Amino acid sequence: MSAWAATGPALEVLAPGLLTTVQDLGRPGLAHLGIPRSGAADRTSLRRANLLVGNAPGAPALEAVGAGLRLMAVDGDVLIALTGAPVDAMVDGVPLAMDAATVLGDGATLTLGAPADGIYTYLACAGGILVEPVLGSCSRDVLSALGPAPLTKGQLLLLGDPLGDPEPQTARVGCPPTFSILDGPLSAPFPVLPPPTLIGGQPTLAVLLGPDDEFFDQQAIDSLLTQPFTVSPKSNRVGLRLSGPSLPTRGSNERASAGLAHGSLQVPPSGQPILMLADHPTTGGYPVIAVLAERDLDRAAQLRVGQTVRFRARR
Amino acid sequence: MSGVRIRPAGERAVVVELEPGAEVHALAAAVRERWGPAAEEVVPGERSLLVCWRAGGGERRELATALSALAEQVAGAGAPPAGGAPAPLRIPVRYDGPDLDAVATATGLTVAQVIARHTAPTYTAAFIGFAPGFAYLTGGDPVLALPRRATPRVRVPAGAVAIAARYSAVYPSTGPGGWHLLGHTSLTLFDPRATPPVLIQPGMQVRFEAI
Repeated sequence: MSAWAATGPALEVLAPGLLTTVQDLGRPGLAHLGIPRSGAADRTSLRRANLLVGNAPGAPALEAVGAGLRLMAVDGDVLIALTGAPVDAMVDGVPLAMDAATVLGDGATLTLGAPADGIYTYLACAGGILVEPVLGSCSRDVLSALGPAPLTKGQLLLLGDPLGDPEPQTARVGCPPTFSILDGPLSAPFPVLPPPTLIGGQPTLAVLLGPDDEFFDQQAIDSLLTQPFTVSPKSNRVGLRLSGPSLPTRGSNERASAGLAHGSLQVPPSGQPILMLADHPTTGGYPVIAVLAERDLDRAAQLRVGQTVRFRARR
Repeated sequence: MSGVRIRPAGERAVVVELEPGAEVHALAAAVRERWGPAAEEVVPGERSLLVCWRAGGGERRELATALSALAEQVAGAGAPPAGGAPAPLRIPVRYDGPDLDAVATATGLTVAQVIARHTAPTYTAAFIGFAPGFAYLTGGDPVLALPRRATPRVRVPAGAVAIAARYSAVYPSTGPGGWHLLGHTSLTLFDPRATPPVLIQPGMQVRFEAI
């Protein structure tokens, strides 16, 4: 990997904040070996941040939880973009807008405040964060302790070559340029930014019932689809613990261990569902009443402790 | 026969319910052959197979129909000829675990009998879960079936050979665990830098050997 020889700009970690990890799109395809997919909790925001700075959508970026991350650009300017949970961000005391590409000048310090809403804020840097991949991914999996450890004070984050291409561009979604004047050698397809993840409020998320909905009586299904649930403490990248009406099973709450899909609503004997997120275990022994629709996974991951959520069925 | 039950697991995944054992792994192989990388996750459970297709891989109902046909085909083919199976993976075990005496007491056996009964069967890696490379080995002696320890240990060392319920397992990494520890092996069960990263793959046959 020639990129390891890069001697361009870097970021020095002055303070790691509450919890900051490197995330990309994870390590899919290994669940049968007990290896979770992991990757950004809010994948839309990761893609958006990367595209804003000209990276491939799945380039490794920083995922920050809570306030206090402070980074200083060293050995050059760094093109950065912040997406996801909105935070008060400052560059040497000057407010920095979310969802826009900005140059962090050589020697300048970026400070993130606490998010006003949501959990995960993404910081992409042109060229991507350069860390050694583990099983094909630079993501930190907090359940299995795989991938680079969370950021620590004093760490130097090397960046990839912004002009080099860490990932093939085929993953980029292209659309035809509006202006024909752009036809010619410069008319590379415009990357289409995914819309920002909806964060905050009292969302209603779409679920598909199953695979184990038959373990539950109609009252439990009705409760799931009509009552509000509140996000409990101890929720993290592995799963969101929800509290609300109990969802009792008809008979035994145990069934033979089976593979778990991303977004599964697993119901342990407590009757309080757990929504499986990025670092979820690959198999589980409790029934799964429903699985979240894919487009609502990112919004679910951004729910905060105490926030309420409702579910509606889709076919 | 249409005994195969397929249940939705979100927009692009289904769970196929199967008889435990060879059928799960035969269908997993058939799914990988049929769909290749478009079947992004093919995850055996004890008596089921979860198949997650990549985004854009097709409409779920159509995929489920094709999968159902494939499952019928695999079920109809019966068990593969015994001669074709590779030799079981041999795991050398030093039976010096801290729970050996307690297991002997609970089962009414001597320690030597516990070891003899644990090394006698050929096990099958039914599925992997709990941690990377943690294979749930089935086919053990029912006399050794004990509920988990009332209090889990905070730290079980990597390589610990353990039993709980109907299963045997080898802890791939150091971490918490509630199984009864019979001994340990010096084999590496999980190494993210190795190819493959996991020693005991789903469906593999395994034997324990006392050293």
